[in-house]
Amino acid sequence: MTKYMGLTESDREHMLKEIGIESMRSLFSDIPEQVYLDGKLNLKAALSEMEVMKSLKSLAEKNDDLDHFICFLGAGAYDHYIPAAIGQLLSRQEFYTAYTPYQPEISQGTLQAIFEYQTMICELTGMDVSNASMYDGATSMTEAAIMATEALKKSEILISKSVNPESRQVLKTYAQFRDIKIIEVNIIDGQTDIDDLKKKLNENTAAFLQQSPNFFGIIEDLASAGEIAHANNSLFIVSADPVSLALLKSPGELGADIVVGEGQSLGNPLSFGGPYLGFFATKEKWMRKMPGRIIGQTKDKEGKRGFVLTLQTREQHIRREKATSNICSNQGLNALAASMYMTFLGKEGLKQVAELCTQKAHYMYDELLKTEKFSQIYDKPFFKEFTIKSKEPVKELNSRLLREKIIGGYSLSQDYPELVDSSLICVTEKRTKEEIDNFVRKAAKLNER
Amino acid sequence: MKDKFLIFEMSRPGRKAYSLPECDVPQKELTSMINPEYLRKEAPNLPEVSELEAVRHFTQLSQRNYGVDSGFYPLGSCTMKYNPKVNELVAGYDGFRKLHPYQNGESVQGALELMYSLSEMLAEITGMDQVSLQPAAGAHGEATGLMMIKAYHRSRNDFRRTKIIIPDSAHGTNPASAAMAGFQNIEVKSNVEGGIDLDALKSLMNDEIAGLMLTNPNTLGLFDKNILEIAEIVHSAGGLLYYDGANLNAVMGISRPGDMGFDVVHVNLHKTFSTPHGGGGPGAGPVGVKKTLIPFLPVPVIGKQEENYYLDYERPLTIGRIKSFYGNFGVLVRAYAYIISMGAEGLREVSETAVLNANYIASRLKDIYAMPYNRICMHECVFSADYQIKNGVSALDIAKRLLDFGYHPPTIYFPLIVHEALMIEPTECETLETLDEFIESMRIIASEAENSPETVKGAPYTTVISRLDEVSAARTPILRWKKDL
Repeated sequence: MTKYMGLTESDREHMLKEIGIESMRSLFSDIPEQVYLDGKLNLKAALSEMEVMKSLKSLAEKNDDLDHFICFLGAGAYDHYIPAAIGQLLSRQEFYTAYTPYQPEISQGTLQAIFEYQTMICELTGMDVSNASMYDGATSMTEAAIMATEALKKSEILISKSVNPESRQVLKTYAQFRDIKIIEVNIIDGQTDIDDLKKKLNENTAAFLQQSPNFFGIIEDLASAGEIAHANNSLFIVSADPVSLALLKSPGELGADIVVGEGQSLGNPLSFGGPYLGFFATKEKWMRKMPGRIIGQTKDKEGKRGFVLTLQTREQHIRREKATSNICSNQGLNALAASMYMTFLGKEGLKQVAELCTQKAHYMYDELLKTEKFSQIYDKPFFKEFTIKSKEPVKELNSRLLREKIIGGYSLSQDYPELVDSSLICVTEKRTKEEIDNFVRKAAKLNER
Repeated sequence: MKDKFLIFEMSRPGRKAYSLPECDVPQKELTSMINPEYLRKEAPNLPEVSELEAVRHFTQLSQRNYGVDSGFYPLGSCTMKYNPKVNELVAGYDGFRKLHPYQNGESVQGALELMYSLSEMLAEITGMDQVSLQPAAGAHGEATGLMMIKAYHRSRNDFRRTKIIIPDSAHGTNPASAAMAGFQNIEVKSNVEGGIDLDALKSLMNDEIAGLMLTNPNTLGLFDKNILEIAEIVHSAGGLLYYDGANLNAVMGISRPGDMGFDVVHVNLHKTFSTPHGGGGPGAGPVGVKKTLIPFLPVPVIGKQEENYYLDYERPLTIGRIKSFYGNFGVLVRAYAYIISMGAEGLREVSETAVLNANYIASRLKDIYAMPYNRICMHECVFSADYQIKNGVSALDIAKRLLDFGYHPPTIYFPLIVHEALMIEPTECETLETLDEFIESMRIIASEAENSPETVKGAPYTTVISRLDEVSAARTPILRWKKDL
């Protein structure tokens, strides 16, 4: 018996007798003989706790972690600082071992924390309502596109090529099975080509989808795109970096109907790509079309304030095939981490993080250009990421940097073949001047070897 | 007790719970970097509290929650088993937690190796040929599996198969996921034994049916003993079989979906493989497929060449990408740790014990609670409050009364085909004493329902709040805090 089970041999005998059967096999008598497993699963023998730790430690140590390597990679996942208190609070079992808060009387902790999360997401995005979170930024954006096609009964989505390539790929996967047509809008100088947008909008366009700061880190002219989309009776969906929204005008203020994005930056570790969370917010008008869980405020019998899962008639467990989405879970613990992050950083702290990122990214950009080993690709305002062209292929540059324990930028040619020798470099508040200068020095060494 | 404050109500300008370093690079005017028309006039109204206030706030919130570590959690269909502490510890190793998903393949070999091994172990447990770890949850796995089924038929130039058959006992996610993948749903009725009605199934099969989605054991906690006939009926009509692995905890090491004839399987790592539910997520819903469907797996697939692991995107028939990056990696680490802790014998013992516990509860409560499908069950047993409803006591009332006894209630009103359903899943983790105490509480509640029904209907009495007005919550939604509310 393993330590994760509670019955003794005599318990088992007692229970079999109570049930009125002779052997364990009788419990499984409905399973046809042909598919009753004859013999064992081919798995390694069980390990003790210390062996499990050792085994996992040796796998973990085969990876180059960001405590030992300095990270200038972003492209959708970001190395921001997470306040120490968050990890401690998240490890409270009442949070992490609980289920979905279907029994509100014993789930007020989760419910209130997510209600607060929803409020803070509304504050950042300028929207009226937020759901309790989605799987990640890419699926959140995809759900927004699907919601637009359902709400407007139109079958085409326009999306800027400056949107994160992985998010566009996820959208295309879902779209091909729902007969939604995806049309990409070109970019010009690192921003959405507004003329191309005008040209491609048509009566079937359910929504135009834009990201800002876009994949290149560049801030888009959301207001113009929003006006154009609305003039065509299409919805305007914006994907945003939540940290940037401490500094930048909210998409809501600029005309967005739905705002989505990757919420990992808000207090969630990089963790090799997941679990993260996607945030999803919209205007009150579209509230009942929203996918996912939503927490609402109400009162108990004695008039005390409390929180419940609400508007559940949108959801799969009630509406089945007519639900607004098939999503059943949210990224509860990740949304809780985001709620904590926004609370600890607060109004001033999040703004300071955003400003530090901007200052450091611009400093690094200027320093790289000064070396004359790098050249400008776009001359547009950017937030914490920028594109830059090197004199050598990115792969070579990055492998030189890796030997110096530096993780270089994202190679753009994999998604934008025209952008050869081009990196997308990310600088968060965690990077110090010394680390930046070191990168610049090492990266510029090309011809001096 | 007064209302718990919202964090916004505790906020005072100037308080802070953060410390950030001074800017160490030469600073520029913000407006020289970003055009002023893009900049906010005022920062978003996030709370301003001290660190201690924030810590107390979240600690107090946690105390208004109930987890598996708090007590017995027999929530049917959710497999609320113990979440081993060592799994949390190993998932927190820097070599897993502090990895960027776009790091060079050489620098993440350990992560890729773990994922590769986990997918192999899951393939072995489910009897499938290959497993993708990408789906973030069960419903996401369902949508992914159904997309593969559609892609398979389309690859054979078969565009007529636009319908999926789903039993009336299925989880709500099944029909919703089929709709997500662009399928139309056809419902098949259950027979008197709770299984699929074979004649009904036969009559529904035609060349428009892409496949059948099935949970086995089903949501009544019953193993469909006609599974081989069902598979034959579906396959011979050109359809594929989808296995909803929500109830895999009943059959690990005892029977494998792959052997039963299923072509696609998803498993819920947050149920069967002990990863924590997190108050509603994150989960993970890996999908396994038989050989014929391997080409359609979502990208990337983890490949292995000699001793080198890599991300394989060169797959012309793939359905594409279904989420960012590679899956909920942190959840995968925990599931991996669980499987290697249990081994083959341990997993079989898990399922045997889970089934034994459920049958024990069934056997000791069926004299006082109605049991519409009264047979040997698998890992969960489904009662009805039919005896109690005569006195006006509903499944909901019984659930709420259980809160006063210190338990998380069972799942109620599901499956939909059982009137006033109470679905109890004890899992393998509990002691006999815990089960007996729970049974005793259920018996007390049944007698209260008989003798003082108002006691049950007024419950709960011991929680921080009493029953909430859910109707007005939905009618006039308040979905965020505002200053004047």
